[in-house]
Amino acid sequence: MEIFEMTAATLSGKIRDKEVSVTEAVDSILGRINEKDKEYNCYITVCEDKARADAKQIQDKISSGELTGPLAGVPVAIKDNMCTEGILTSCASRILSNFVPVYSSDAVLRLQAAGAIVIGKTNMDEFAMGSTTETSWYGPTKNPADATRVPGGSSGGSAAAVAAHECICALGSDTGGSIRQPASYCGVVGMKPTYGTVSRYGLIAYGSSLDQIGPITKDVTDCANLLEVISGHDPKDSTSLKRDDLDFSSALTQDVKGLKIGIPRTYFGEGLDEDVKEKVLSAAKELEKAGAVLEEFDLDLVDYAIPAYYTIASAEASSNLERFDGVKYGFRAEEFKGLHDMYKKTRSLGFGSEVKRRIMLGSFVLSSGYYDAYYLKALKVKALIKKAFDEAFAKYDMILAPAAPTTAPVLGESLSDPIKMYLGDIYTISVNLAGLPGISVPCGSDSKNLPVGMQLIGDCYSEKKLIRAAYTYEQMMK
Amino acid sequence: MANIISDETIEYVGILAKLSLSDEEKENAKKDMGAMLDYIDKLSELDTDNVEPMSHVFDVSNVFREDEVVDAGMREALLSNAPEVKDDMYMVPKTFN
Repeated sequence: MEIFEMTAATLSGKIRDKEVSVTEAVDSILGRINEKDKEYNCYITVCEDKARADAKQIQDKISSGELTGPLAGVPVAIKDNMCTEGILTSCASRILSNFVPVYSSDAVLRLQAAGAIVIGKTNMDEFAMGSTTETSWYGPTKNPADATRVPGGSSGGSAAAVAAHECICALGSDTGGSIRQPASYCGVVGMKPTYGTVSRYGLIAYGSSLDQIGPITKDVTDCANLLEVISGHDPKDSTSLKRDDLDFSSALTQDVKGLKIGIPRTYFGEGLDEDVKEKVLSAAKELEKAGAVLEEFDLDLVDYAIPAYYTIASAEASSNLERFDGVKYGFRAEEFKGLHDMYKKTRSLGFGSEVKRRIMLGSFVLSSGYYDAYYLKALKVKALIKKAFDEAFAKYDMILAPAAPTTAPVLGESLSDPIKMYLGDIYTISVNLAGLPGISVPCGSDSKNLPVGMQLIGDCYSEKKLIRAAYTYEQMMK
Repeated sequence: MANIISDETIEYVGILAKLSLSDEEKENAKKDMGAMLDYIDKLSELDTDNVEPMSHVFDVSNVFREDEVVDAGMREALLSNAPEVKDDMYMVPKTFN
């Protein structure tokens, strides 16, 4: 087995046992990127020199016994909306195409403290607004399962890099499904934790009440280990939770006996691809064989999640993206007449069309005269959606669903009809509105040989149950 | 309910959003926003009269910390990202005469 094909758990074990050096691990990944990334375009920036320098330091700390964890010496890719000190952080936008942060996000600092090596920054939809990684200023990423197709999005670069072995594991961010959906399209594991579990400090904000950072990995073991490393309370993020149950790796056990799994009929109806339906339901049957109890039920308000989401996310985006004005950092237009014209020209040239679309919509739903009818209404619907989930979790330990209604679409087919593209988020989006954890696990392929993902959704704080079920399924399929 | 977005609305939203749009972009924005708002109008089917709006899922309020400087002395590093700098300050076009 090549080094780049290993999981983080395997690689860090071999590094500890002195079978592989950290430099060899870094070189193996860099070689793979060199070979594959011209085709897939997973990366916006590859940190070749810095990764090689870091490798030497990390090797010393491992050799001296200072670093012993499952990420020590492991090359990790970071989505390009997380600030990395001294490394370009573009959000895949022209407006940040020259932005080099002076500090790192909390999640990246925690990874580095655990001995992980930042190998590069991955491509994404501009400002994480999109479901295909086609809205990037740096061009689309291709799906390694079929390079004529999209990897999903917005964390498409991270998911594709993991699938193509261009990194060992990666960080993504998930505002409406941006970790789980690309993980599903690319055939890897992706998890969005409970809102507030991972600090948002240094994550360039899109929809602040919805954004969460999470792991994208080759298997469930790496997912649990990576999540354990990046989680924890951070005084610099006022929405960060104080939790004392962050030992996620303790949930890597095969045990689903008596676990009650709800299957929402509304998630398996119209609009769901037949192949996807069959694969996800047969994965459910496997869990049943292992002792889980399946039951169909009606989850309310499914059709209202997408309109509520796009109202809230666009509103928050219009406010969050106000800061990009060409004054303190980033791109500035060359020709303008006065200050206000500079703001407008800078923003008009600096943002792509999907970002502008959402800023306009968000500005409108927050404007006086429309605030109550749209924004406040959406916040009330959010409360109702949360209540519908509360009722479901009074009966079930978790909900099982597809991660996306189809497998990966062909490049260039999605952007022309925004509402159709937004509908592709139907199974992931309400999870963000309700702040819940969700994981996508590969569960086979469709007739075109494209990966399908099964999504498990849990109540707040129930990551361990999700990891346990996902791990059990993964081990059964080996 | 069909949403008709007028030219004036697009102008107004353009000001709020600090965007200068070409005529073609304005036409597209009218069409896109109209379609999105028609779609969002689905929310009006739900009776929310006695529902409290939920901005955050968890009941967090007033998260305080001591007002202590922890990241001082980064002026030079921060200014290095600015498009234009003068005398250790951000440089912008003249705002009044």
